[in-house]
Amino acid sequence: MDVVQLQSRLSEYLKSLFNDGTLDGQFLQLQQLQDESNPDFVVEVVTLFFSDSEKLLDDLSSSLEQPNVDFRKVDAYVHQLKGSSSSIGAQRVKNACIAFRGLCEEQSIPACLRCLQLVKQEYLYAKNKLETLFKLEKQVVAAGGSIPSLDAGS
Amino acid sequence: MVMTEEPEFHVLAVDDSLLDRKLIERLLRTSSCQVTTVDSGSKALEFLGVHEDDSSSPDSSPSVSSSEGNHQVVEVDLVITDYCMPGMTGYDLLKKIKESSSLRNIPVVIMSSENVPSRISRCLEEGAEEFFLKPVRQSDLSRLKPHMMKTKLKDRTRREEVVEERGGERRETEIEPEASQQQHHQQQQLLSNNNTTKRKAMDEVALSPDRTRPRYADIAAVV
Repeated sequence: MDVVQLQSRLSEYLKSLFNDGTLDGQFLQLQQLQDESNPDFVVEVVTLFFSDSEKLLDDLSSSLEQPNVDFRKVDAYVHQLKGSSSSIGAQRVKNACIAFRGLCEEQSIPACLRCLQLVKQEYLYAKNKLETLFKLEKQVVAAGGSIPSLDAGS
Repeated sequence: MVMTEEPEFHVLAVDDSLLDRKLIERLLRTSSCQVTTVDSGSKALEFLGVHEDDSSSPDSSPSVSSSEGNHQVVEVDLVITDYCMPGMTGYDLLKKIKESSSLRNIPVVIMSSENVPSRISRCLEEGAEEFFLKPVRQSDLSRLKPHMMKTKLKDRTRREEVVEERGGERRETEIEPEASQQQHHQQQQLLSNNNTTKRKAMDEVALSPDRTRPRYADIAAVV
């Protein structure tokens, strides 16, 4: 594939992530913050999101396995996860967290465990998509192209 | 020949989330601000030169937390802090700053991922200039400049009055980099945090002289 085709494939892929709700406008804000002086900004921030999330998901699993579940702790973890997903524009993960917080109030362990699975699924889906996105970006750059930017508005 | 370069502002950003610290730092740097980030309210107070035990009491010793005193002189033009933090919340930090005689003039902005009207009004009543909903965007930051300018101008006016009293020369009331730039450069050496900012063209940050948009309306509109 030539550069133009690679760029087009990248644009289409990114658009699809907006179309299925994986990403929201915040992701575009991140892209706008990337420039020649900070060329890896998006990857760095998303990588932080991956490591934050994986730790939080582990913490959530273990806190729900405790003999006496501390729902305030569970809620605090979900709040953090909601925060990081919101900060990078991982919309579906964020929405799953919002639903999870609602369940924490009900204090039902089985419901929370089910919701945790949902959050995990959304996270893994988003992670997979973002990793693919970064791979496509690398291919464009390797072929000598620059990463096209979508119009973010403000 | 006067250079009307825009003054550089030094912002102290407080957030327990590394991701959010990275974000806010980048955002502020694209707005041509110098940034120092810390991960807690107590570290913020430490940086500002306040020790928690001697912050607010009026009969504490005279060497207390004065920027003219024997603590390090750190010029901070704005504090932007997350609300939800373990230990000292952003609200607690706001209170401590407003209770401190040396710090109370520093504008404070609160950030939160949650839209809780009572929380917002509590912060504004306590003296926060703005309340931003997270994730904070570049467009939000344009609201910061007027606050920081106000403080800078107040400081400059005070300095000029002092100079006049001493029979010094009259100066034009223009925004000049003057001594504050040198101070900033010195601080840059002190603070290992700060890299040299690559100043972008001043496109996205416009000074908005009229802040007529009521805060509540803004916040109520965001669901």
